[in-house]
Amino acid sequence: MAMKLSIFVALIALLLPLLSTAFSPETPTDRRILVLLDDQSIKSSHSIFFKSFQTRGYDLDFRLADDPKISLQRYGQYLYDGLILFSPQAKRFGGSLDLAGVLEFVDSGRDLVIAADGAASDLIRDISTECGVDFDVDSAAMVIDHTSYAVSKTDGDHTLIASDEFIQSDVILGSEKIEAPVIFKGIAHSLNPANSLVLKVLSASPSAYSANPEAELSSPPSMSGSSISLVSVVQARNNARILISGSLDLFSDRLFGSGVQKAGSETTFEKSGNEQFVTELSKWVFHERGHLKAVSIQHHKVGEVVEPAMYRIKDELEFSVEIYEWSGKSWQPYVSDDVQVQFYMMSPYVLKTLSTNQKGLYSTSFKVPDVYGVFQFKVEYHRLGYTGLSLSKQIPVRPFRHNEYERFITTAFPYYGGSVSMMAGFFVFTIVYLYNK
Amino acid sequence: MVPLGRIIGGTLYPGLMLTAAFIYWSLRFLRFAVHIREVCVLTAPFFASNTTIVAYFFGKELWDSSAGLLAAAFIAICPGYISRSVAGSYDNEGVAIFALLLTFYLFVKAVNTGSLAWALASAFGYFYMVSAWGGYVFIINLIPLYVLVLLITGRYSMRLYVAYNSMYVLGMLLAMQIQFVGFQHVQSGEHMAAMGVFFVLQVFYFLDWVKYLLGDAKLFQAFLKITLTCTIVVGGLAFGVGMASGYISPWTGRFYSLLDPTYAKDHIPIIASVSEHQPTAWSSFMFDFHILLFLFPAGLYFCFKRLSDATIFIVMYGLTSMYFASVMVRLILVATPAVCLISAIAVSATIRNLTSLVRTKSKVVNTSSSKGAVSTKASSKASSDLSPPFGRNAAIALLLGAFYLLSKYVIHCTWVTSEAYSSPSIVLAARGAYGGRVIFDDYREAYYWLRQNTPPDAKVMSWWDYGYQITAMGNRTVIVDNNTWNNTHIATVGRAMSSYEDEAYEIMRSLDVDYVLVVFGGVTGYSSDDINKFLWMVRIGGGVFPVIKEPDYLVNGEYRVDKGAAPKMLNCLMYKLSYYRFGELTTEYGRPPGYDRARGVEIGNKDVKLEYLEEAYTTSNWIVRIYKVKPPSNRW
Repeated sequence: MAMKLSIFVALIALLLPLLSTAFSPETPTDRRILVLLDDQSIKSSHSIFFKSFQTRGYDLDFRLADDPKISLQRYGQYLYDGLILFSPQAKRFGGSLDLAGVLEFVDSGRDLVIAADGAASDLIRDISTECGVDFDVDSAAMVIDHTSYAVSKTDGDHTLIASDEFIQSDVILGSEKIEAPVIFKGIAHSLNPANSLVLKVLSASPSAYSANPEAELSSPPSMSGSSISLVSVVQARNNARILISGSLDLFSDRLFGSGVQKAGSETTFEKSGNEQFVTELSKWVFHERGHLKAVSIQHHKVGEVVEPAMYRIKDELEFSVEIYEWSGKSWQPYVSDDVQVQFYMMSPYVLKTLSTNQKGLYSTSFKVPDVYGVFQFKVEYHRLGYTGLSLSKQIPVRPFRHNEYERFITTAFPYYGGSVSMMAGFFVFTIVYLYNK
Repeated sequence: MVPLGRIIGGTLYPGLMLTAAFIYWSLRFLRFAVHIREVCVLTAPFFASNTTIVAYFFGKELWDSSAGLLAAAFIAICPGYISRSVAGSYDNEGVAIFALLLTFYLFVKAVNTGSLAWALASAFGYFYMVSAWGGYVFIINLIPLYVLVLLITGRYSMRLYVAYNSMYVLGMLLAMQIQFVGFQHVQSGEHMAAMGVFFVLQVFYFLDWVKYLLGDAKLFQAFLKITLTCTIVVGGLAFGVGMASGYISPWTGRFYSLLDPTYAKDHIPIIASVSEHQPTAWSSFMFDFHILLFLFPAGLYFCFKRLSDATIFIVMYGLTSMYFASVMVRLILVATPAVCLISAIAVSATIRNLTSLVRTKSKVVNTSSSKGAVSTKASSKASSDLSPPFGRNAAIALLLGAFYLLSKYVIHCTWVTSEAYSSPSIVLAARGAYGGRVIFDDYREAYYWLRQNTPPDAKVMSWWDYGYQITAMGNRTVIVDNNTWNNTHIATVGRAMSSYEDEAYEIMRSLDVDYVLVVFGGVTGYSSDDINKFLWMVRIGGGVFPVIKEPDYLVNGEYRVDKGAAPKMLNCLMYKLSYYRFGELTTEYGRPPGYDRARGVEIGNKDVKLEYLEEAYTTSNWIVRIYKVKPPSNRW
């Protein structure tokens, strides 16, 4: 018995730190990441990228993509918070992992990084397609740009391109501006227009196109210009984040360290923008940035503190919500002037911008409309790069009770006078009629 | 009803609830440990028994006590009334018919006696009626009409003046105390007839008085001309100004649909869609009245033969209510007391005549004829028409015939009551292939499932017919329910049901719908399912949202669900939800799979794919199908 107990305690002791570092709404930053590789050499050729994770406190688990022991979950619990697929050539994953498993992983709110490459397998393409990104179907095609390529000594086919067309978002790419262009060598993808959640983070220049650099261009390229996306992100409705890159080299030590000179430009950068770009982007993808939470949604009548179960029409009420942003280590007040609350019943009856006290508290007060029914306080806050906030709190609104109407209103005095004079007249008439012979 | 809600206090006739509460508290006061539910269940039968007592007195007032007894017996078992007065039928009509008959009885009594007390009693009866049922409008229009008829036929009397005026004035003041009625009673067009007749009576009385004062016929003629013109002009002007300024509200759709049976179908589909509001079929008259239907004209004949203020009333009540009963099925209920009373008069008079014939010895023909000369009784008159010996045998034969008919009536009533009105409508019963009884308890199964398996705050969208049941038995919030006052909201649901799935999804998202419930009879042959109601959803939806057009769902004006159905029909939400996976099912031996037994056709779209909804539950006989609305896709 004691033996069993001690084993149990030991197990708990082993599991506790594991549990405490797990992904949770309280500390949204991912901790445990599974990295699937085509071969072990990627681990060393992309060591700077992986190193940056480890210094930020992540726990990386490297596996070969065909390792038969891969499994994302055990006993219904996910073992990882994030998945990095650096295995563009994997035809199929080892173990129980498959396309549906990866998508389920994302749909459970966990994050995914996909890097494709020249010879991207159908599996990787399918996963990307499910995330709203279509890679060029021609497997030999690469992005070619004859005007904004990266000047280099060896590369003559202009597939090593330099791009600085970033998405304009401090949340996704960090507040520090990326000065040097990013060097990219890989395949093109386009965004599925039906998908409203996918965003281009790094797009190609208008002169880029996707074609096989070895062969002569016989027909117009299937993708060209700035419709080509080089790196895209998706933030799913459940706030899972997905990073899709058409190039695995983008993350490599070689491109991190190489200098860059964009064709036609005089300035030569000692170091490409890749490291900064990729690191900042990975911080966003793994929820070190741009993660909002809303707490303590409160509403009450003006002058009261208790939240009522129901409002009456034309009540004055106060609404407040606290919004915080995750900084990677702690929750910081989120400051913005565009958070709005709706008082909603099939359509918003009241739409008000909340004022903030700069410490995370957003509040406003308004009058309940002259309509009864079951309303909702709704805060729909969706901003580029931030996790979406969809808050709603149901509240019924009742009409006046029969004794809540105004009494003795001035305009009614003629009627009161009328009834009183009627009664008096009746009284006088009765007396006169009865006693006047 | 979510999310619009409803002011209960202001949109409700409180009479039924107050009555039940009153009975409950009195029983509690008398130390009877009853549950409020038991009181509610037995309220309708209790009031039905009161109705029979009133019917007796009314019959007595109209004709004689034997007619009263017969009327009480008729109404006690008449299926038309049993339908609303069985135990458990806790509905406004349960107490309202009692109040209606009581008001009429007291008013007739007041007219007959000219007593202020009876008139005031009638006003209170009217007040109770107003508090219980919207059908009070019938009273407040029938009584003025009756007064007008008496005026025209020269039967104006002081008795009538006292009865009507006190009943109208007090009744009006009392009725205005009911919040749902309020100022409608003096403002709406439906109540104007009563007010007009009230003024006409004053004018009549005034003219009488002037005539008495003047004492000169010629002078009075001149005065009459001037006063009449003035009155009509002033009255017409007042009415015109009232209508134009909106102070007098125009007649409501329900009222129009009563006068013109085709009105509702074109203008207010929500009223026309209710099966109770359909024009009555001859068979349902037969079903609900049986022999009373044939006795009714005979009774009218006797009433005309012995015309009095009271019989004029019952004739008018009978004729108007019969007209309304043929406009709307559910108004058979209002006609039932009149039909019972008039038939009772017919039976009573006939039997009295016949028995007096039987009793009369052939030798005392003289006495009988002399009797006929003295009394005005129709019976004696009738007896003198026939030659005694032949008459006597014929009379016995006719009496036997009457006995046979009345026994048939009793048998019919018992049969109807046991077959049609004694089973709960929520559990369906049918005869199996071997004659055994098959019970379809699918509704309760579905509601139980909802209660046990859905989140407590889930919102269910269904056609409004099932709203109250889902609320009460499933304990879930519904989007629309049987309280149909918000036509737009119901039309929104109708629109969702008749749209393509993707359009419907947008509507359902905007209404926060979590589950969709449809009733489907294709497996069991249950014909009052949602597919058969569907055209009404289209009409009601199209009445508010013109994007929904009825012809899109019809093929050459024909409603069908098989291969020849309209493409929009085959792909609308209601069709998909009803027939999802139905194409795989063989319902009847020797028929192809997907054979719809309710409509007797093979369905046209057997390969129904749902994109935004998923099947959550289907009851054992497929009568109720529940679908879950999927949340929006995560990555798109």
